[in-house]
Amino acid sequence: MRQFALSIVLIFAAGWASAFEAEEVARFGPEDSTRELRIISTADIAFFKPMISSFLASAPDTSIEYTVVSSSELQKAIVDEGKAFDVAVSSAMDLQTKLANDGLAQRFTSEATGALPDWAVWNDMLFAFTQEPAAIVVSKSGFGDLPLPNSRNDLINLLRQHPDLFRGRVGTYDVRESGLGYLFATQDTRASEIYWRLTEVMGALDAQLFCCSSNMIDAVKSGDLLVAYNVLGSYAINREDRDEFAIILPSDFTTVMLRTALIPSNAPSSELAALFLNHLMTRSHGQDAQVLTNPALDLSQNEAALNRIRIGPGLLVFLDQLKKRAFLSEWESAILQK
Amino acid sequence: MSTPVAHGSIRRRLMLSLLASAAVLAIVVYFVVQSVARQVAQESQDNVLTASALSILDSARLSGGEISIDLPYSALSMLDSISDERVFYAVRLEDEFLSGYADLPEAKEDGTATPAYLSAIFLGEEVRVATVRRRMSTDTGRSFLKVSVAQTLSGQKRALARISRTSMGIGAGFFLVSVLLAALISRSTIRPLDRLTSSVSRRGPKDLRPVAAPVPSEMVPLVTSLNSFMRRLQQSLMRSEDFIAEAAHRVRTPLAVVRTKAEVAQRKSDDPETRKALREMIRAIDDSSRTAGQLLDHAMVTFRLDHLEREEISLHRLVQDTVERMRPTSELKDVTLEATEVETAVIKGDPILVQNALHNLLDNAVKYSPSGAEIHVALTITDDGAKICVNDTGPGFQTDELDKLPQRFARGANTQDIVGSGLGLTIAKEVIEAHGGTLHITNNPGGGACVSLLFPSS
Repeated sequence: MRQFALSIVLIFAAGWASAFEAEEVARFGPEDSTRELRIISTADIAFFKPMISSFLASAPDTSIEYTVVSSSELQKAIVDEGKAFDVAVSSAMDLQTKLANDGLAQRFTSEATGALPDWAVWNDMLFAFTQEPAAIVVSKSGFGDLPLPNSRNDLINLLRQHPDLFRGRVGTYDVRESGLGYLFATQDTRASEIYWRLTEVMGALDAQLFCCSSNMIDAVKSGDLLVAYNVLGSYAINREDRDEFAIILPSDFTTVMLRTALIPSNAPSSELAALFLNHLMTRSHGQDAQVLTNPALDLSQNEAALNRIRIGPGLLVFLDQLKKRAFLSEWESAILQK
Repeated sequence: MSTPVAHGSIRRRLMLSLLASAAVLAIVVYFVVQSVARQVAQESQDNVLTASALSILDSARLSGGEISIDLPYSALSMLDSISDERVFYAVRLEDEFLSGYADLPEAKEDGTATPAYLSAIFLGEEVRVATVRRRMSTDTGRSFLKVSVAQTLSGQKRALARISRTSMGIGAGFFLVSVLLAALISRSTIRPLDRLTSSVSRRGPKDLRPVAAPVPSEMVPLVTSLNSFMRRLQQSLMRSEDFIAEAAHRVRTPLAVVRTKAEVAQRKSDDPETRKALREMIRAIDDSSRTAGQLLDHAMVTFRLDHLEREEISLHRLVQDTVERMRPTSELKDVTLEATEVETAVIKGDPILVQNALHNLLDNAVKYSPSGAEIHVALTITDDGAKICVNDTGPGFQTDELDKLPQRFARGANTQDIVGSGLGLTIAKEVIEAHGGTLHITNNPGGGACVSLLFPSS
């Protein structure tokens, strides 16, 4: 712990040195460390900090450079620019799968990865360390006496019964902009036709479209929205103001995103990366795991309804240009209703 | 007798050649199983790839003159269902790339055969590619829509490694079973030879009958040669025995005549020198005629041993008869001959031979005992069988000669002045051994010797 020190947080100016756009770069650990682990990640620093701290505590003389990017910028940095990172962490399972499938990830096995459940590892390249559900977030104050919807069907009925109340006050991801939104939407369509019905109902109510979960939650909090659909539950539960809104895991099916890590094939210090992955896996899986997501979000309550997105080449299907174009045009006609 | 020089072993050679062929077969089995398994694994992978490619091909639609493809989720996820695999695909209209991985190589079908397959390296890993095609009518005319799907081989390799281990096990098991069988086979092959060997070596020294037991055809020439060899040996032995008997017989009569003449001449002569010479002559003649008699005896014994009769003999009666018959000779020499202890015993054998053997023993005892000596004959039943003991109070034997005495023409060192042929013990020994018994010669602690015949019970 004594070497651990949160040092500088740099806000990068656009266009600095690299073409990909980093949102934030932070350094952890002693200044004069002999080895450095470079992590590129889509997760906020605050979300990942506990994991970094515990790793640095066990690995002396090590520092970590943590770069926060969007999932598409992560692709750009690794695929197009071949930037050297030791670990890539992302919530965009489809893009991570494509990285691994295209041979841009190293194979890695250890005792820790061997103990992982089947759904958490793919081809010894991709390792899942969180389970984060897509939730319905509703404003408690805005709902008043209305019953909270437990499933998509409930939500559809509610929206249909009170069109005037909800008009312009329902929100969801703009799947054209957000990779995670696209992933949730496509997986929803795989699970049930009800997604399309719900999207049409929301479209009829002039749904607002958002780039990210946090904006949606903010909008619910401010009263702009009464209902936000497919919000990343882990973000909602980790907010300090979480009592102001209700987080609902739909009982018909709950799509669960797995945050994954991989070691890029051009990682400069892949041994250190292996150590970090072992730490990440041991800490987030197993009996006395200290999961990154809030334990209040208990997934085991409704195990049968959990729809864990399976890591694998199936995810490549919706990345197919023809497929994506077809899906987006269908989605647009449902939500925009022009 | 010289020991034959052993060179190699049939059993070992048989065993080794069986094992060598088993090892070759085991290796062949290993490779055959593996290659069949490889083929099956390859075929099943090809089938899955084809199914995947066809499901993509089937999803192609013409809408407004353009081709749209609704990639089925299962088309790619099915390739990953058993083991984690990297999966690639490419959709092309003739040579125009539509979707997927633009660089993915395409399996070229030869002729019209579709699907076509290809093994290649793609993005740093070995892959298997399947390509299927379908004729489509577009605005620009009819052209082929081609779908290629590729998959890495990690699952197949794992399966093959497992199969390789299994076929290794099968090969090893096959070899182990072969080792067992080889041991059994070589033993059973050698068995007739072992049987022949033991049947020949179990025979008594005089048994020269031909081998009559059935033998495998390969051994017939050997056994035929052996039989003919034994027949010639037997004939030659018989001829020499006949010759000896004939010679002895022919010599005995003239000797008797010469002895009578010499006695008459001795009685008539007054010249002490002549008398002495004649006395020595008579002694030599006695010696010769005794030898001739015993040679005849021996020839008779040899003949009878070859055709040994087995009838019941009352051994106690035989002992008493023989003792009585010997009594005149012993009284002539003033030697006391007595059957002291005679128990009742019945054995199976040739009575003439047994009597002859006992007679020879008693004759020896009487002959080599000084006047006034005593000879006791006893027949006792012991744990080992019926035992006839001839005890005398004569000079006994010299200890270092005990083993050699029963040999033909061997005589003790202290018998030079007594007429004898050296055949008596030989005859007795041959007879008792033909009956399965043994002859023992010992010196009594208080002087004199003990010769015993032991007939085993049963």
